[in-house]
Amino acid sequence: MPLLLEIITPESKVFSEEVEAVVVPGSEGELGILPQHIGLLVQLEPGELRVQNRGEELHLAVGGGFVEVSADKVSVLTDMAIREDDIDESAAEEAMRRAEAAMRDEKLHGEEYASVQASLQKSLAQLKVKRRRGH
Amino acid sequence: MASLRDIRRRIKSVKNTSQITKAMQMVAASKMRKAQQAALAGRPYAQILNRVLTTLRDRVDHALHPLLAHRENESRELVILLTTDKGLCGALNTNLCREAMNFDKERTDFISIGRKGTQFLARSGRNMLAEFPLRDQPTFLESRAVSKLAMEKFLSGAVDRVTVLFPLFVNTLSQVPTAMTLLPITSLAEMGFGEAADEAAAAKVDDSALLIEPDSRTVLDAILPYYVHFELYQMLLGARASEHSARMVAMKSATDNAKQLVKDLTLEYNKARQASITNEILEIATAQLALG
Repeated sequence: MPLLLEIITPESKVFSEEVEAVVVPGSEGELGILPQHIGLLVQLEPGELRVQNRGEELHLAVGGGFVEVSADKVSVLTDMAIREDDIDESAAEEAMRRAEAAMRDEKLHGEEYASVQASLQKSLAQLKVKRRRGH
Repeated sequence: MASLRDIRRRIKSVKNTSQITKAMQMVAASKMRKAQQAALAGRPYAQILNRVLTTLRDRVDHALHPLLAHRENESRELVILLTTDKGLCGALNTNLCREAMNFDKERTDFISIGRKGTQFLARSGRNMLAEFPLRDQPTFLESRAVSKLAMEKFLSGAVDRVTVLFPLFVNTLSQVPTAMTLLPITSLAEMGFGEAADEAAAAKVDDSALLIEPDSRTVLDAILPYYVHFELYQMLLGARASEHSARMVAMKSATDNAKQLVKDLTLEYNKARQASITNEILEIATAQLALG
C-alpha cells in the first residue's frame, strides 16, 4: 500500500513521490506516518523531515507550515523545503550569523523580529539535518 | 514641404525610438514568462491550502473567528491598489485607476503598491494609509508586510472590509481590472479558486474521521493569516505578469507603428528627392534653352 508524499512551497512542488513512511516535526513532537493513517491535520515546526522508501532514508529540512494526512496521501505545506544534499552548510551558517546579529540589534520590532527569527529557525533546521550525518 | 534634411532627421529619430521599443518588448516578454511561471508555481500550494481551509471551516464555528466574520454594517472599506512603478504599459494603470474612482471617496482608505497608483491617489485626493514600494519580483516576505497591515486594520475595526484591486491576468492580450475581497475571508469560490473548493467538497466524505493537532481552533488561528498572506502574494504575482504582458503588447504596437512611420517617411523622402532632381534638370534645360 503506497503512500504519496507531496511537499509544497509557495514557489514550487519540491517533492512528489510514493514512499513507505515519513516522519514530520509536528508542533506536539515528531510524528511518524505510515500508509492507512487516519485523517490528520498537524501544524509543522521548522525541523527535519525524514522519508523512508525501499530501505533508503531521505532527509529534508523544512520550515513552518502544515501537514495534511489522508489514507494514501501526505501533503506538507511549508514555506521552505530543502533536500539534505542541497543544503549549503556555509550559507546556512552565514544566514544564521546574520540572523543572530540582526536579533541582537534592538532596533528590530514586530514583523521584522518575527521574520528574522523565522529565518534563524530555518537555518538551524538546515544545519541540524546536515550535521546529524556527521559531516 | 519639409526639406530633405528634416525628413532624414525624422526617419533617423523614429528608427531610434523603434529600436528602444523593440528592446523593451523583448525584455517585457522574458519578464512576463518569468512572472507567469512564478504565478503558476503557487497553484498546488493554493489548492491544498484551500482544501485544508474548507475542511476546517466546517468543523469550527467560523462566525466566531474575527477574520471570517462578516460585519453587519460595512461603513469603512480598505482598498489595496496594485499598479505598476513604470509607465509604458498601455491602458493598464488607467483602467485600474478608473475602477478605483468607483469607490466612495469618503468611506474608503487606500493602500497603494506601485508608484502610478500612488500618484493617482494623491492627485485625486483620496485617503491613502500607506504606500509600499515593491520590487519587480516580490518575495513572500515583502508582500506579507502589506497583508499584515491590512489584517491589523481589519481586526482593530478601523475598516470593515478589505478589497484588492488588481489587473487579473486573463491572457497575454487581456488584463481585467478586478476587485476581490481579501477580508473577511468569504466563500472560497469568490476568492478565485472555485475548482479547488469544489474538489474539496467532493473529497470531504472520506476524511470524516479527521484528527486535528493541537486542536482545530489553534490550527485555524495559525492557518488563516497564512491564507491571507498567500492570497495577496498570488494576486501580486498575477499583477506583475499582467504588467509585463501589457507592456509587451504596448511596445509591440509601438514598434509596428514606428515601422509604418518609417515607411511613410521614406516614401515622402524619396518623393522629395525625386522632385528636387526633376527641378534641377528642368533648370538646366531652361538655362540651355536660354543660352542656345
